[in-house]
Amino acid sequence: MASDKHIDEVTGTETTGHVWDGDIMELNKPLPRWWLYTFYACIVWSFGYWLVYPAWPMLTGYTKGIWGYSQREAAAKDVAAAKIAQDKYRAAIATMPIADIKKNSELFEFARDGGAAIFGDNCAPCHGRGAQGAVGYPNLNDDDWLWGGDLESIQNTITHGVRSPDPETHDTAMPRFGIDKILEPAQISDVANYVRSLSHLNVDAAAASRGAAIFADNCAACHGPDGKGNKDVGAPNLTDAIWLYGNSQNAVMQSVETGRGGMMPAWGRRLDPIDIKMVAIYVHSLGGGKPEPKKEESDEAEHTEPKGEGHEAPK
Amino acid sequence: MEDTADGRPSINDMLALGSALLFSIIGLILAVSGADVGMQLHGLFLLVASAAAGIYVVSHPTNGHRKKADCYFDGPVRVATLACVFWGVVGFLVGEIIAWQLAFPALNFDLPWTNFGRLRPVHTSAVIFAFGGNALLATSLYVVQRTCRARLPGRWAPWFVVWGYQLFIVIAASGYVLGITQSKEYAEPEWYADIWLTIVWVTYLLIFLGTLRKREEPHIYVANWFYLAFIVTIAMLHVVNNLSLPVSLLGSESYPLFPGVQGAMTQWWYGHNAVGFLLTAGFLGIMYYFIPKRAERPIYSYRLSIVHFWSLIFLYIWAGPHHLHYTALPEWAQTLGMTFSIMLWMPSWGGMINGLMTLSGAWDRLRTDAVIRLLVVSVAFYGMSTFEGPLMSIKAVNSLSHYTDWTIGHVHSGALGWVGMISFGAVYCMVPWLWKREGLYSMRLVEWHFWLAMIGIVLYITSMWVAGITQGLMWRAYDHLGFLKYSFIETVEALHWPYVIRATGGFLFLLGGLIMVYNVWRTVRGDQPVDLKDQPRGAAAPELRPGAVAVPAE
Repeated sequence: MASDKHIDEVTGTETTGHVWDGDIMELNKPLPRWWLYTFYACIVWSFGYWLVYPAWPMLTGYTKGIWGYSQREAAAKDVAAAKIAQDKYRAAIATMPIADIKKNSELFEFARDGGAAIFGDNCAPCHGRGAQGAVGYPNLNDDDWLWGGDLESIQNTITHGVRSPDPETHDTAMPRFGIDKILEPAQISDVANYVRSLSHLNVDAAAASRGAAIFADNCAACHGPDGKGNKDVGAPNLTDAIWLYGNSQNAVMQSVETGRGGMMPAWGRRLDPIDIKMVAIYVHSLGGGKPEPKKEESDEAEHTEPKGEGHEAPK
Repeated sequence: MEDTADGRPSINDMLALGSALLFSIIGLILAVSGADVGMQLHGLFLLVASAAAGIYVVSHPTNGHRKKADCYFDGPVRVATLACVFWGVVGFLVGEIIAWQLAFPALNFDLPWTNFGRLRPVHTSAVIFAFGGNALLATSLYVVQRTCRARLPGRWAPWFVVWGYQLFIVIAASGYVLGITQSKEYAEPEWYADIWLTIVWVTYLLIFLGTLRKREEPHIYVANWFYLAFIVTIAMLHVVNNLSLPVSLLGSESYPLFPGVQGAMTQWWYGHNAVGFLLTAGFLGIMYYFIPKRAERPIYSYRLSIVHFWSLIFLYIWAGPHHLHYTALPEWAQTLGMTFSIMLWMPSWGGMINGLMTLSGAWDRLRTDAVIRLLVVSVAFYGMSTFEGPLMSIKAVNSLSHYTDWTIGHVHSGALGWVGMISFGAVYCMVPWLWKREGLYSMRLVEWHFWLAMIGIVLYITSMWVAGITQGLMWRAYDHLGFLKYSFIETVEALHWPYVIRATGGFLFLLGGLIMVYNVWRTVRGDQPVDLKDQPRGAAAPELRPGAVAVPAE
């Protein structure tokens, strides 16, 4: 090996004279100029960066850089600026009754957009990112509401949840007619046939007529004699074609057997009241929101067996 | 080492047997009284492996074994080469499965063992440590012997390194599936597996150094600098990052020594330099031997290899903090991580220049020799990734790219393009050389492998660029009132089609890997090559090349 220098014919360059494993050699080329100067440039740039930005640890603290930049301060400043930009809206929303917010178009736009963002991060996992719902999770775009579809009802449902640990939650629940042996399996089948007949599905007519009596004895108290539901106890309207858990005979039987008892968290424990107002406005604006009940007659209207607006969609 | 033919057991055998016995006892204790199922299973693995090794040593005593001291010690190299091919396909397959899981989450099957969180480390460890690690073991032990003209020291130590490493892989992967992990990315194996790997790794270092010490060449070849840097640095990184306190000596769980942000910094000092020294320095070692060897051209510049070696080694080790931009890590550390990454650009490219320019005078070989093409294209990917890396380390870019699939794309242009392709090239070179064949079974299949892998990589990288930038832009989109425009789930939904394309690219890459398995298998079996006339002179084993004089060791 030792010295085996020769001129490589292809490149006209001398080799270093080292030879390994019979034929591996190296050319004695200089460093490519562009490579070297780019390398130097990167080093110079880095020295410059160290000079102006926080860079090197010292015995106590670190070099702050002549621009005095701090990413923490920059982030805090951005956040503060964003807060200030929203503050006037939020302050107004905080004090204004929710029904009045809608009357101020600027405020309404703010609340709806903010509500949409909050909805996307908190509500969409169950209700879907278009609020279209899923089996067991109500569609919020239609006008069928389990717990009332006016702004205040929606706000209330969001704050306290449904069957959540919150003391003010909607805590009524449908009995577990099958599990608790309140009804026999055959009766459950009959009543399911009857319930399905209310929205004109194909049913076993004989079973349905047997089921009518069972319905009157067991279900009408909450769902009403005509099955149109009651928002005060979250009892869905059974006569529309909207089904939270599906409309097959099996699905309806399962609802009767287990009572379902779907839950929703009490968001008052997690979101601040302004955020909840904004989500309520967003949900209300999706298309199915109900007008605020007129103060005098509202109680009455709600209590005297409403003309069965929607159900299924809790909220 | 001198052979002993006097009937007394050799010191080699006694050492090997003693170690086998010791590890068998430890394995037995863990198998019987391990505190959890994982530990018991891994004790059993250790017991079975050590007992098998002990029995093998007893039945093949050095005494009576004609030591061929004039030959290179290639048995362990052959095993590591086959292991590299085997684990490569396993790793690609698991990667393919989890790629489809991301596109269609139902493929998690709701089982703990098959969910993404457990399979992902199986994939990363299988490709980095099992495929890449075995490629490095095989090539380093092959190259160091040839370029030093010296045989590996010891009779059993090289075998221990290679088989001990496989045992580590099996323990690590089976542990992940069972849920055993210390939750450090690329350092998931628990404390006992780490100790085992340390023993294996130190032995590896010793046999490598031993070979260098015995060398018959005045100079140490550049490939060996890189291999040595890789072995030494990985030892250091591995030990420091895995310092932890086991809950019990019989249990699989442990707690790391470094808490909070110190832990994060140590982890990414490790993680980044695993990329730097295993996936970069180690594979540059492969490049420095196999490219000049296959192209039969001298290395472009000796001086460049010196300068880029030392600058790479010095600068790489600082760059880890760029994985922690805009976190609790002090800002000065972020600055250093970023600036050292920028300064690292040219030192990385030094290797690319030396690799590519070595082809000068032999560029036509790209057309005719698919193996050269694998090697050279890998260097091109290396150049691309080592430009993209510094770019992504810049804070402004990182604020867009971090936590997105852009990172995944970047990793894979390095992993599939650089590490994968150069390993394939090295395997295709080494298999005929190691098994003394006249050439590969089929050069045409190498062509197929090349093009499938190439198209697969392009699909992978481009879809991940699109996915990553889409994701990054959606995350930071605000409306005029200061509200986020997209919910997180919408950003996930937007990635569906890029994920499908990525998985398709991965499938092509896997298909190429399977073709390699077939080709290697036919070559090892000794089947007559189907297209010998299309293969270059250098495809044949050195002793079978026309007019070649066998190159002896010593």
